Amino acid sequence: MGYPYLALTRQERQEMLSAIGATSTADLFSDIPREILLQENLDLPEPLTESELVRHVRKLSDCNISLDTHASFLGAGVYQHLIPRAVYHLANRAEFVTAYTPYQAEISQGVLQATFEYQTLICNLTGMDVANASLYDGATGLAEAALMALAITGGSRVVTFESMHPDYRVVVDTYLRAVDAELVVIPTDQGVADPTALEPFLGKETAAVLIQQPNLFGLLESASEIGARLEGTPTLLVACVNPISLGILQPPAAYGADIVVGDGQPLGNPLAFGGPSFGFMATRQKFIRRMPGRIVGQTQDGEGNRGFVLTLQTREQHIRRQRATSNICTNAAHSMLIGTIYLALLGKEGLREVAIQCAQKAHFTAERISALSGWELLFEGPFYHEFAVQAPVPWPQVNAALLKEGIIGGLPLAKLYPERPEWENALLFCVTEARTADEIEHLLQVLKGVK
Amino acid sequence: MPRQNEFPLLMELGAPGRRAYLLPQLDVPARPIDELIPSPYLRSEPAPLPELSELEVVRHYTGLSRRNHGVDVGFYPLGSCTMKYNPKVNEDLAFLPGFASLHPYQPEETVQGALQLMYELEQYLCEIAGLQRATLTPAAGAHGELTGLMLIKAYQEDRGEGHRDEIIIPDSAHGTNPASAAMCGYKVVEVKSNDRGGVCVDALREVVGPQTAGLMLTNPNTLGLFEEDILTISELVHDAGGLLYYDGANANAIMGKCRPGDMGFDVVHFNLHKTFSTPHGGGGPGSGPIVVRESLIPFLPVPVVERREEAAQAGASLEEIPSQFFLDFDRPKSIGKVKGFYGNFLVLVRAYAYIRSMGPEGLRLASEDAVLSANYLMRGLSPFFDLPYDRTCKHEFVISARQQKAEGVTAQDIAKRLLDYGVHAPTVYFPLIVEEALMIEPTETESKAALDAFLEVMFRIAEEAKESPQGLTTAPHHTVVGRLDETQAARHPVVRWQQGTEEGTPNDHR
Repeated sequence: MGYPYLALTRQERQEMLSAIGATSTADLFSDIPREILLQENLDLPEPLTESELVRHVRKLSDCNISLDTHASFLGAGVYQHLIPRAVYHLANRAEFVTAYTPYQAEISQGVLQATFEYQTLICNLTGMDVANASLYDGATGLAEAALMALAITGGSRVVTFESMHPDYRVVVDTYLRAVDAELVVIPTDQGVADPTALEPFLGKETAAVLIQQPNLFGLLESASEIGARLEGTPTLLVACVNPISLGILQPPAAYGADIVVGDGQPLGNPLAFGGPSFGFMATRQKFIRRMPGRIVGQTQDGEGNRGFVLTLQTREQHIRRQRATSNICTNAAHSMLIGTIYLALLGKEGLREVAIQCAQKAHFTAERISALSGWELLFEGPFYHEFAVQAPVPWPQVNAALLKEGIIGGLPLAKLYPERPEWENALLFCVTEARTADEIEHLLQVLKGVK
Repeated sequence: MPRQNEFPLLMELGAPGRRAYLLPQLDVPARPIDELIPSPYLRSEPAPLPELSELEVVRHYTGLSRRNHGVDVGFYPLGSCTMKYNPKVNEDLAFLPGFASLHPYQPEETVQGALQLMYELEQYLCEIAGLQRATLTPAAGAHGELTGLMLIKAYQEDRGEGHRDEIIIPDSAHGTNPASAAMCGYKVVEVKSNDRGGVCVDALREVVGPQTAGLMLTNPNTLGLFEEDILTISELVHDAGGLLYYDGANANAIMGKCRPGDMGFDVVHFNLHKTFSTPHGGGGPGSGPIVVRESLIPFLPVPVVERREEAAQAGASLEEIPSQFFLDFDRPKSIGKVKGFYGNFLVLVRAYAYIRSMGPEGLRLASEDAVLSANYLMRGLSPFFDLPYDRTCKHEFVISARQQKAEGVTAQDIAKRLLDYGVHAPTVYFPLIVEEALMIEPTETESKAALDAFLEVMFRIAEEAKESPQGLTTAPHHTVVGRLDETQAARHPVVRWQQGTEEGTPNDHR
């Protein structure tokens, strides 16, 4: 039978074989030792035609509950926002989708210029001087920032707080253990970091303090106070931020961040079961040559036309090999492009409005839930668009009742903090601009009925 | 005024107050924002972002897309990158709401189809690799390398061999190999290639020993040549107590022909965005799953997708036993986590669809055609270009422009001239062991007509190199910009646009 993605006909294969002086395909594989040359086909399912494939895969996707049909109050790193349709139409243009990394600049100006624009937008959002062209995601971005801080300072330890996303902490820890560096996690009983708790760790061994703003619980950390404490010390401040929140929140540069990272998914990217998204990284001018990942720079051609190229490549693995700033090669360019187009469409006022609506709806919902009998906020203090509440009954009961009503409830903190029995029945709710007042009412009605 | 070929930047467009997208009216009672969040936490001014209409944004990015080459535009023989056709239907499947609109923290019973897809894809990759289990989490090939080396490290430590601190890597290896080893805290020991382009076994014998944690190898290697001594190599490394890591960047040559596991490799990564046809997106997102031998399973990163025993035995469908798939986080010897959540899931969907549409014979034919096409091009080019290793190649091969260099034309010039003919250039100056290298990988999805057209262009360029070399050294001539000055870009980095500095301000104030 034929295969749609193979272009050669039987006759062409024969012609090509004779052109190279071979009698059969087997000749081309005679350098593979006989004992490992496969004699039988692989044990894989038989091929499907396009229509059969669609039917089969659609059946699998239909076994999932899509958040297009269920109102969700999940957040914790992946957020459902309204996405302008134009984002898909533009980002999915085949010239973008089917390109490789822009090694040949003169025929890759599309991707290169869009990346330059992206770097500018990330600098404008964070207040930092320079940004790279993306990393895999927020968690690996944070790990790369920790490695970068170790390399800059020569330290051997990185400090963070319990309020940092536990998954992010595990990723950082996994990366640090590979290079024998230590990750210290300071408990946050009240949900936010106590800046004075840093005191015992301030010293030249500590390469960086990692904070998340807003943190996993949606709460705002005393970032300025932490930044002030680190001022004049060799320790770098790494801020992990939600890019949409920067529509209203203070830019990290204002509280003294040296490296800013975060996950770009909220910027127009689908939820995608957690991936792909992209990680962004921005830093101070003086650290530009210590940054991991690709960077696009402006230059010109012989006639003085402006153009863009991959630059400062001597930091990278294909030149510097084991002395590179990172091993990253493929990054998350297309997810980054989606984020760029999203920001272009939302614009200055649009991004601010999204952030404001998130905060408004989350605060409204938090107030209403905590007014229900038996429900109370787990923590006090200012928050952005997520908040944890203690349920009066075991959380599985709550979420089962919600699911029955077509609602995906909050994230049980027990899943992320099994070591914290006191948070056992807490649910982390996220409310973005994508939730309507009706959906919030519906949520409240169900919660009221949970006994 | 922008020059004729210049394209304005996003930041140079629009007008204050212009909007492209409107939100629904806020439908809960509005309160002053500083009542919700104390003002010290708030920014004093809106972030400086563009203000464009929807049409302006659409024209801008449509225009940029037209300034970009992709597989859908033309031939893309970029060696080691496997720029094969990316089936359209797979894009549609990835964007089904039942995949694209799933939150990673949804209850397991609401994502069973996604977990089944991951579970089955893992099985397919294990079969193709000839190994036992996999993790789908790594986001790219280099990320897979790092993960695989972490597994090797954990394995060696677990058996009391944590002092092994060296990774052996051939001099022809991808740059990511040594960079990944360094990120994993290893010392890199380079081993030379022999005159047939393979690993020099005698040189390997000298460096392998009780300090060896493992060896990283691409097979076929970056010259496109199969390591004929692979079985000797794996025996040497195993006998010394090391493990073998397979860099799967070149796996497009071997699907259904031979398997890394049978060659003796213990850890394998695949680049789904190469071998399994998922689009590269201008530099990612990719996916670099790791497939491992039995002995390494305990160390895999969390979570792994498991199937409940009774369902697995019965081969039951989701209708028969709902909630049969689950994410297993309870793995005490796991290295931890290498990425948020569970990997680049939408890339996995596309790779799954590709494997299902090709089937076992289709995958084998893909590799056979890829190898045939590469050999056809190699033979066709050999009258005009030096062939540093004249033996049957696999899915790619390397030619050298040293003949042309004598005329003053470099590999870089040839690459740039190809752009004028609407062809993406091969990988240049890699591998490092070949002077003026051009690494060419046609893939199996190109027709014979496309291959012949490429030969014709290369023949013309070889002629031009002799007759009018200045046309090459100043190429390209027909692209939207001429050859760009990379030295200037690196010397005075301008990496963002700043208001009021039309030409951009160097960011490097030194």
